[in-house]
Amino acid sequence: MADPRNVDIKDQPGFRTIAIICVAVLYVPILILMIFSFNTGSLVTHWEGVGLNWYGTALLNEEFHNAAENTLIISVSATIVSTICATLAAIGMTRVKPWRGLPAAFMVINLPLMVPEIITAVATLSFFALIAGAFGLNFGIGNLILAHTVFCIPFAYMPIRARLEDMDLTLEYAAADLYATPWHAFRRITLPLLVPGIMSGAALAFIVSFDDFTITQLVAGPGQTTLPLYIWNQIRRPMTPEINAISTILLLVSILFVSVSFLIARRRAK
Amino acid sequence: MTMALSQAALFEAKAEKASARRNRLLSLPALIVIGIFGVLPLLIILVYSFLQAAPYGGVQWKFSTDAYLNFLFQQDIFDDTLQFTPDFLIIYLRSFLFAVVTTVICLLLGFPTAYFMATRTPAQRNWWVLLITIPFWSNLLVRTLAIMFIIRDEGLINNLLIGLGVIDKPITMLYTNFAIQLGLLYSFLPFMILPLYASLEKLDFRLVEAANDLYATRRQVLWRVIIPLSLPGIIAGCLLVFIPALGAYVTPLILGGGIHLMIGDLIAQQFGSGRNWPLGCAQALILMAAVLVALYFYVRTTSGKIQHG
Repeated sequence: MADPRNVDIKDQPGFRTIAIICVAVLYVPILILMIFSFNTGSLVTHWEGVGLNWYGTALLNEEFHNAAENTLIISVSATIVSTICATLAAIGMTRVKPWRGLPAAFMVINLPLMVPEIITAVATLSFFALIAGAFGLNFGIGNLILAHTVFCIPFAYMPIRARLEDMDLTLEYAAADLYATPWHAFRRITLPLLVPGIMSGAALAFIVSFDDFTITQLVAGPGQTTLPLYIWNQIRRPMTPEINAISTILLLVSILFVSVSFLIARRRAK
Repeated sequence: MTMALSQAALFEAKAEKASARRNRLLSLPALIVIGIFGVLPLLIILVYSFLQAAPYGGVQWKFSTDAYLNFLFQQDIFDDTLQFTPDFLIIYLRSFLFAVVTTVICLLLGFPTAYFMATRTPAQRNWWVLLITIPFWSNLLVRTLAIMFIIRDEGLINNLLIGLGVIDKPITMLYTNFAIQLGLLYSFLPFMILPLYASLEKLDFRLVEAANDLYATRRQVLWRVIIPLSLPGIIAGCLLVFIPALGAYVTPLILGGGIHLMIGDLIAQQFGSGRNWPLGCAQALILMAAVLVALYFYVRTTSGKIQHG
């Protein structure tokens, strides 16, 4: 397939340059932000020296602690609930004969990906306002967990479903031939094979919840500041390089989880 | 013997049917969660858009089409007549234009990038995909902030140009349409590259070789073989850029400084300072209608493609 003699036919002139430019454009702003987080000066743009003092300021800040705590409570809860829902749904939608409602069910699962985030945000806000008004119900931070769970489900669902579809069914058949009950076969064969998909999905669910700004900003009640909301509050004040330090922390968390998800998913290909 | 066998088969078939039904039920939790907290809220804003605004946010349960009328008309304070005001319409058209320009430029940059990635060795491909995937999943707010730092009056570009003596006064880039356009391109470029790559990776390059054997030039191969074959990926990429770009919220909020609105910010404003929830709901539904039109064309073109083989 990849015959070295024919590589020049596949190559298109200039495409390499554009590819390199694209990657540079994507990374230069992020890298600059990260570099400036090590600036010791008190101005965002004026470089004075290398140091970690703004990380110290950020980590000692009580508002930052509260925001980090809220973020973790919300994203860990949303990740657990959405990953369980997504795993069950992926099994329920691949290991069955096609049924009439299957396309509709598939659409519902993927709906959060198709609706623009701002619409989801105002709709969720209206929904919680309605049940608060009608039933006096307010789940507090649970509102955010529920809102996040909805849009985390499709992100967790994708890698799990992909893994289920790629899975070699002969092992399950072999287990059945050796008198394993369906539950046994699932627990001893299917589930272990599915674990990388579940972890990959959970990692993605965690990032999208951890990073979410739009829905959180509209739905969050007083005192429910998350890290992205904390950054947003900082932008509106006179800025210090502390914001660069916090932003860098957020970026590093995303990079870590993306890489983990990616590497787990890669392992299956081998 | 045969009866026992057929009975066993019958039993097995029954058990299988039951387990298939059980498996089907596994999708229920996800469907219930999204149904209640994802689909139901959309129906609620549909209802809200036909109610009257309460003075301090929220709604009054009185039927009204004011929200939709207010979208295009404003009540004259003196004689109560409705006057056509194109303000919202202009914001919608501007957002549409932003989204189209974003989609086109992302395609022009993303296609060559994705093609280049797809023609690397498998090991190199993995690295390239990871390289594009990281910004794809990175915090949009933080990435937008990074752009803001660069294009500010005291930002890197201005400092650099002033330092080099090219200009002596900073060029105003932040809080302009240019800033929003730049931010949108930067935000959504990975959304174009990844689906394009997924489709180009599956391309059968023997067809490229065949075209070459038949004396097609590189350019002909590109326009008559590669691009037509990757059309589903191109359409998917365009949609993945167009839809979020049309409803973009963070980018115009930060890079437009709240002066240059897009649809997303306009909607959020009705729920915040505007305190007109029905109007916000109506605006959201009008955006949703635009998205559905885009999705409809997507489904139509892609299902057409499958039929043609």
